[in-house]
Amino acid sequence: MLEIRDLDAAYGDARALSGVTLAVKPGEIVALLGPNGAGKTTLLKAIAGLLRPRAGTILWEGEDLGRLPAHLIVERGLAMVPEGRRLFGGMTVEENLGLGAFAPRARRAQQANLERVYTLFPILRERRRQMVRLLSGGQQQMVAMGRALMTNPRLLMLDEPSLGLAPLMVRAILEVLLEINRNGVAVFLVEQNVHASLSLAHRAYILETGCVVGEGSGADLLQDPHVRRAYLGPLAAREYFQL
Amino acid sequence: MSILAQQLVLGVMIGGLYGLGAVGLSLVFGVLKVLNVAHGELIMLGGYGAFWLFALFGLDPFASLLLVLPLSLLLGLGLYCVLFGFVVRADEETRVKNSLLIGFGLALVLHALAVRLWTADDRSIDTAYAGSAISLGGLSIPLVRLASLALAFALIGGVHLLLKHWRWGQAIRATAEDWQAALLTGIDIRRAYLLAFAIGTGLAGAAGTLVSVGYSINPSIGLEWTLKALIVVVLAGLGSTFGTFVGGLFLGVAEAASAAAFGGPYREVVGLVIFVAVLVLRPRGLFGQ
Repeated sequence: MLEIRDLDAAYGDARALSGVTLAVKPGEIVALLGPNGAGKTTLLKAIAGLLRPRAGTILWEGEDLGRLPAHLIVERGLAMVPEGRRLFGGMTVEENLGLGAFAPRARRAQQANLERVYTLFPILRERRRQMVRLLSGGQQQMVAMGRALMTNPRLLMLDEPSLGLAPLMVRAILEVLLEINRNGVAVFLVEQNVHASLSLAHRAYILETGCVVGEGSGADLLQDPHVRRAYLGPLAAREYFQL
Repeated sequence: MSILAQQLVLGVMIGGLYGLGAVGLSLVFGVLKVLNVAHGELIMLGGYGAFWLFALFGLDPFASLLLVLPLSLLLGLGLYCVLFGFVVRADEETRVKNSLLIGFGLALVLHALAVRLWTADDRSIDTAYAGSAISLGGLSIPLVRLASLALAFALIGGVHLLLKHWRWGQAIRATAEDWQAALLTGIDIRRAYLLAFAIGTGLAGAAGTLVSVGYSINPSIGLEWTLKALIVVVLAGLGSTFGTFVGGLFLGVAEAASAAAFGGPYREVVGLVIFVAVLVLRPRGLFGQ
């Protein structure tokens, strides 16, 4: 469904991605791991049309997204929850969700999608008339995911959804992701929380300094020595050296 | 005492027009991140539009709002398509620089055009009811200016409702707040830019019409109105329509008060003092978000 081939991207002279090739198939949860500055956010921005790639192709159901304006990429069924949520803080929860249904295709399904979002996050129904900037971080993350779901996506991309949230809230958010996925939406997840995202994901890619250096099923990568040493912290590393 | 009160009342009335002029500038700056220094010239053009309709067809200036406003909207669409639409393609830093150059150029062109069409003389629309005033507790309130103030308030209320409830109004606010997030919700931000610019120009035209009735216009008023609008925008901050209107009233009253206290020449100084003071003490403005 999403197929990326030999993608290069850069900010001015600073190269951020080189030769990235990866794919997301319908119904999958795919995680993207990597250290800070590896180019994960850049990759999501390029897919969403916020950043024009230097070279390579981004194919969505066979169509090249490379020259398509970002708002039309949303219309094609590709939604992104950006890092830091990027909500419209001066507007209410309801207005934020309503703006998610701005594109014509999403507008036709607005009522049904709104119900779906309120079912996934019942607290948002209670808070619907509140200014978004007055909500807690976790609730704001729910609004951000809700707003993306309102665009009626078939692939949902999330950039660090658990960043800065309490562990319980992280769990809640990840469980909702599973629920969304069960409803047939593919998920492409960038996450610092490597253990959680690998146990969630069907497959994962590892991105380091702009290149894909590994890929595999979530379960395999959880056992992979390099992944354990680099991403699962000192405890896993000690385990690795003792083996 | 009564002279001071009279001055303050007149200050409120001109302040309403400052507010109306500033809302247009604020909308364009807040959404497009483009400083349109030709905004005052657009106000001037609106004034001449009403003047022409009055002189050629005897159309009442308040009725001519119904023509000047849509015509100004169209002018805004045109200006965006041929000039400002290219500016917004640049990144934000280049954008402000380029918009200043284009704005100054446009201001010069419009000024020259106005001199050519209407000469450099002061004009105002002299209706049959121009001199009428109501007396209230020793104060004389000119009817035309009172009506202008009410209309300015009504127009600003209209814009507020539009931005709050119209689909594209919400899109305009979203784009102003975070254009990337707006794109991610499927908003065509170029169209939001276009609409915001057209509405800003429409408001400038309406402000100009009201200026030409209660006050006077000439081809050189543009810079002065741009400056007033800019002071009000800085004073009020971005993002609040009514806040901008209140900022306009505040500037009008402050000008009147300083003219009464220190003499006529100081009328123009107080605005600049406010400008600097706000930038130093509260850079996001009184009502800025």
